[in-house]
Amino acid sequence: MTVIDDRDSARSDGQPARQESWAIEATNLIKTYPGDVRALDGLSLHVPAGTIFGLLGPNGAGKSTTVKILTTLSRADSGEARVAGIDVLREPARVRWAIGCVGQRSGVDSAATGRENLALQGRVFGLRGAELRHRVNVLLERFNLTQAADRITRTYSGGMQRKLDVALGLIHDPEVLFLDEPTTGLDPEARADMWKEILRLAHEEGITILLTTHYLEEADRLAKRLAIIDRGRVVAEGSPEELKSELRGDTVHIELLNAEDVEKAHGVLGRLEELREPAREGNLLRARADRGATTVPVALAALESSGVKVASVTVARPSLEDVYLRHAGRAFREADEGGKR
Amino acid sequence: MKALTHTCYMTVRHLRNLARQPLYVMFTIVQPVIWLVLFGQLFKNVVRIPGFGAHAYVDFLTPGVVIMTVLFGSGWSGLGIIRDLDLGVMDRFLVSPVSRLALVTGRLAQLSIVAVIQSVLIIILGVLLGARIPGGITGVLALIGCAVLLALPIGSLSCGMALVTRKEETVIGAANFILLPLTFLSSVFMPPNLLPTWLLDLARFNPVEWAVEAARAALDAHADWTVILPHVALLVAFAVVTAGLATRAFRAYQRSV
Repeated sequence: MTVIDDRDSARSDGQPARQESWAIEATNLIKTYPGDVRALDGLSLHVPAGTIFGLLGPNGAGKSTTVKILTTLSRADSGEARVAGIDVLREPARVRWAIGCVGQRSGVDSAATGRENLALQGRVFGLRGAELRHRVNVLLERFNLTQAADRITRTYSGGMQRKLDVALGLIHDPEVLFLDEPTTGLDPEARADMWKEILRLAHEEGITILLTTHYLEEADRLAKRLAIIDRGRVVAEGSPEELKSELRGDTVHIELLNAEDVEKAHGVLGRLEELREPAREGNLLRARADRGATTVPVALAALESSGVKVASVTVARPSLEDVYLRHAGRAFREADEGGKR
Repeated sequence: MKALTHTCYMTVRHLRNLARQPLYVMFTIVQPVIWLVLFGQLFKNVVRIPGFGAHAYVDFLTPGVVIMTVLFGSGWSGLGIIRDLDLGVMDRFLVSPVSRLALVTGRLAQLSIVAVIQSVLIIILGVLLGARIPGGITGVLALIGCAVLLALPIGSLSCGMALVTRKEETVIGAANFILLPLTFLSSVFMPPNLLPTWLLDLARFNPVEWAVEAARAALDAHADWTVILPHVALLVAFAVVTAGLATRAFRAYQRSV
């Protein structure tokens, strides 16, 4: 017989039941910056312990603000957050011992060597003497920085600096690691390297990782669960597969020969029953269809009869980008242009 | 206790980073040499002006150059904060259990150490150029003390300015705008009795003047403590007030992130 605790499982506010296994839980976070910029507008998140959680969204959506609040760098105006079971607003000092943070900008002191950076970070966390030296060497070794350890970090490549950043965040063996856009600006090789390391940290060391990114591929590849946020709120949350399967059917992409026709074509497609949620971007149109293969001829016929010339048509299974489009209603590029913070 | 050990860590970090800029270190040494030699020669004959009071201009100029050098060094210290802000180093420390106090006091400690080293070098150079120091070792120690007491508040102001504006250009502009007038609105180069009255009136509110007056009085054969102590008290009060301002600037930065 199973005993069910009603107090936890039957909550009326629709939030997941409170469990001990949430490494990060945030409820209704609101943050407004001077000038009435509402960075977070009631954001809630639940990250299971020991997993990689992706926070996805365009620039300005509130990803970094969320990380800043959860890492105690910034304070929310209202709402609640617990990291590793500790209240972020009431006990920020305790939270800092449980978390490692890699900010969007590198935090490496470029005038110091890699070893010096790590040693100072270790001392701040109370490591001393042989223990400190050992920990520094272990991290240098793990991130392939042993050879460069005594070089001034100004001479490091972008990938090496980013690795050192992660090593700095790990010096005290944190329970939860925050990575704010860890691969932005890295070349493909360094990015693949970083991905490997992030997966290893979660799978072998059991560290909970919250990762923000605006690369959909990165979230798809790494995150077990993810939340898409836009304008300071979570607009979708789930595993990448769940989110994709929520979108029924296929995505139809139609490229027009003349970009001027895009408005007209958008109208034509909008009148077709077989197509849902038509969207336009430059000379590209995109819509969803239950069965792509049978819808394409219908759509092409409709376009041709209204004089719109088509350059190419593709039908694809839904991607994470489609998920994003579905929930935020605008393409990444568009939102990026509008994004500020 | 934590604040103290963390201040030591930060001081070591700042000193090490400073030592790695040999050109900068060279400039901070060469500049006072230039002041001392150049101004010493240029104004050599001003001692002949009735009422000047000193035997040789270099006697008079050496404490002035000590104060001036330390003033300029500390006025630029905010640039280090800007660098840490731009690099993201500041934010990295703020999400660690580092003592918040140490993030500013580490810098002030580094400034003080540099101020002591600069002062000693300038005094040695001054003596080599023929300056006499009737006040002896006590006078020298008092001069160095005054230099440090000036470095602390000016450093706090510079750091506070950096935390509020977060722009290198603003800190450089403000330092340029303030430091030179502060130097010339004082008796760094000319004794007070040869200064115009309006300038003297202004100089009364000038921390540079407080430091220079106290230092010169301490270097005299018969140190006049009624001159030294009030000026030192003013410097201490100024240091306390500016430390408060720097702390507020730091909080303002934390709120704005």
